[in-house]
Amino acid sequence: MQLVLVELINGKCKKTALEAVAFAAKMGETTALALGTASADTLQALGAYGIGKVLHINNEKLNQVYSKAYTKAIAAAATHVGADTVILSHNSTGRMVAPRVAVRMEAALFAGVNELPGNDTIRKAVFSGKAFADLQMSTGKKVISLNPNSYKAVAGTGTASVESFSVDFADSDFDYAITGVEDEAGGHVPLPEAEIVVSGGRGLKGPEHWGIVEDLAKALGAATACSRPVADIGWRPHHEHVGQTGITIKPTLYIAVGISGAIQHLAGVNQSKVIVVINKDPEAPFFKAADYGIVGDAFEVLPRITEAVKKLHAGA
Amino acid sequence: MKLLVCISKVPDTTAKVAFTDGNTRYNENGVQFIINPYDEWYALVRALELKETLGGSVTVINVGKADNEQIIRKALALGADDAVRIDMDPADAWQVASQIAQYAKGGGFDIIFTGKETIDYNGGIVGGMLAELLDLPYVALAAKLDVDGTQLNIAQEMEGVKQLIKVSMPCVVSAQKGMAEARIPNMRGILASKSKPVQVIPASGDAAKSPVKVFVMPAEKQGCKMISAENPEELVQLLHNEAKVI
Ligand SMILES: Cc1cc2nc3c(=O)[nH]c(=O)nc-3n(C[C@H](O)[C@H](O)[C@H](O)COP(=O)(O)OP(=O)(O)OC[C@H]3O[C@@H](n4cnc5c(N)ncnc54)[C@H](O)[C@@H]3O)c2cc1C
Ligand SMILES: Nc1ncnc2c1ncn2[C@@H]1O[C@H](COP(=O)(O)O)[C@@H](O)[C@H]1O
Repeated sequence: MQLVLVELINGKCKKTALEAVAFAAKMGETTALALGTASADTLQALGAYGIGKVLHINNEKLNQVYSKAYTKAIAAAATHVGADTVILSHNSTGRMVAPRVAVRMEAALFAGVNELPGNDTIRKAVFSGKAFADLQMSTGKKVISLNPNSYKAVAGTGTASVESFSVDFADSDFDYAITGVEDEAGGHVPLPEAEIVVSGGRGLKGPEHWGIVEDLAKALGAATACSRPVADIGWRPHHEHVGQTGITIKPTLYIAVGISGAIQHLAGVNQSKVIVVINKDPEAPFFKAADYGIVGDAFEVLPRITEAVKKLHAGA
Repeated sequence: MKLLVCISKVPDTTAKVAFTDGNTRYNENGVQFIINPYDEWYALVRALELKETLGGSVTVINVGKADNEQIIRKALALGADDAVRIDMDPADAWQVASQIAQYAKGGGFDIIFTGKETIDYNGGIVGGMLAELLDLPYVALAAKLDVDGTQLNIAQEMEGVKQLIKVSMPCVVSAQKGMAEARIPNMRGILASKSKPVQVIPASGDAAKSPVKVFVMPAEKQGCKMISAENPEELVQLLHNEAKVI
């Protein structure tokens, strides 16, 4: 038996949670564990992603992540259903919780995996996406965290049964206080979860020119990102910085505008399915990593692309 | 304050990624190694800043063989007081964490810093495992950290959200961009580093649980299809009809 963690946000399942559920169900028989507030309908709907039962700890304190409390809940639920494998997302929650769970359950941890396991191995990206490693997987207990945007959650049919579950938490399980939460994405899809990302570099010459990037992003329903120098000089917020020392993303479409394509930048984006590069320099290294390229001035090309996208969507 | 900073050795960010021994080992030939940027630029520098303003000591610890001395000396040149090297070539993050936990247990450290992740293995594991092994609070992905008496105020950067945390020491913190600005060692630091103590401890114990079996290079890109800047609308058609991503 396997156990998959379902993360909730505002009473709904996170997109990454659905990915983890679908991935787990594909691997084998799975029970889900939902932590925090959610309606029975929301949790029953998880049946469409291939699971039969959801354990629910309906405790509003768990709407926020406390690594020790989450660890206790996951370990207790795993014991309850007899799970030897725990699956969760390799997002901030997974980073905070998975290592603790692995130690507590005396399990092997496979963090940031990209694919379903093979015979006795499981694949993860290493060297910032420049290579993969197949990790040896023995038959014992395991904790697996799945990279966002690595496995597509496709809804089928089915309804899961929901069972209320409880754990005796001690005050010491909440071993830090969360004193504030600022929403930086402003209600948009968070960058690591975005399917499409439009990204700008120093070629855009200044923050006042970001309108053309934002317009295209808006037309595509995309998130925006930037290169490191752009965040360092303060043209864009730090959380948009992608690359080796920023965040790693894996969208289906990455559009790079006025970015040269330095190796440290590529490290954060080279796992994107399709890469489009728009750069006025035909020698820009980014073209070597691209699927589609336009050699041209971003200020002329981008607004025309945005118009064409709007037309496409209007016609569709 | 007594601070411990976990540092790992990684290939320089521009190093070529290639493998040897039937793709089971990273090819170190001609590769320049550095301290993992998250460990050096953010964790170590912030620890040094805290020491400079509040007093105390900064110890760096590395799990690795003797050729890791070079990065350990760099950390000492930047201002760490002393260093510990646990003498083994770890095969996974669990081995690293279990070794460091044994050293840190009862060591009286107020904050144990790790980086957000190593840029070669990209695990992001060691900090959380250390916290569990030592039964300490764990604050991952810290982008800002200030001391407030016996507590820390930390800003975590997560997916599109900044979260503010108040946590008591001792605790484990993983550092990322924003926590400090990278420093360059000066001549005095480099000279002083030569006489600073590096304690070498033999490895003991735990076997790896998730070692790498084989490395695989990604498939080469098929080549870039160029679209004329005179007709950028064609890009939208191709993304829609050919790549089917919009
Ligand atoms: C250890 C280390 C870690 C690093 N980590 C990162 C990282 O995580 N992420 C990251 O991004 N960088 C990182 N860097 C920096 C990286 O090496 C590059 O310096 C950086 O990515 C360059 O940013 P850029 O492409 O925006 O700017 P530039 O290199 O200045 O490129 C600007 C591009 O815009 C083009 N351009 C100019 N005008 C126009 C126009 N009108 N229309 C279209 N194109 C135009 C130019 O031809 C050029 O190619 C790191 C560096 C080091 C040493
Ligand atoms: N061999 C090592 N020695 C000391 N610290 C390490 C070592 N490997 C990893 N770390 C620390 O653990 C952090 C996360 O590493 P990882 O879990 O491997 O991504 C790094 O940023 C370091 O701070």
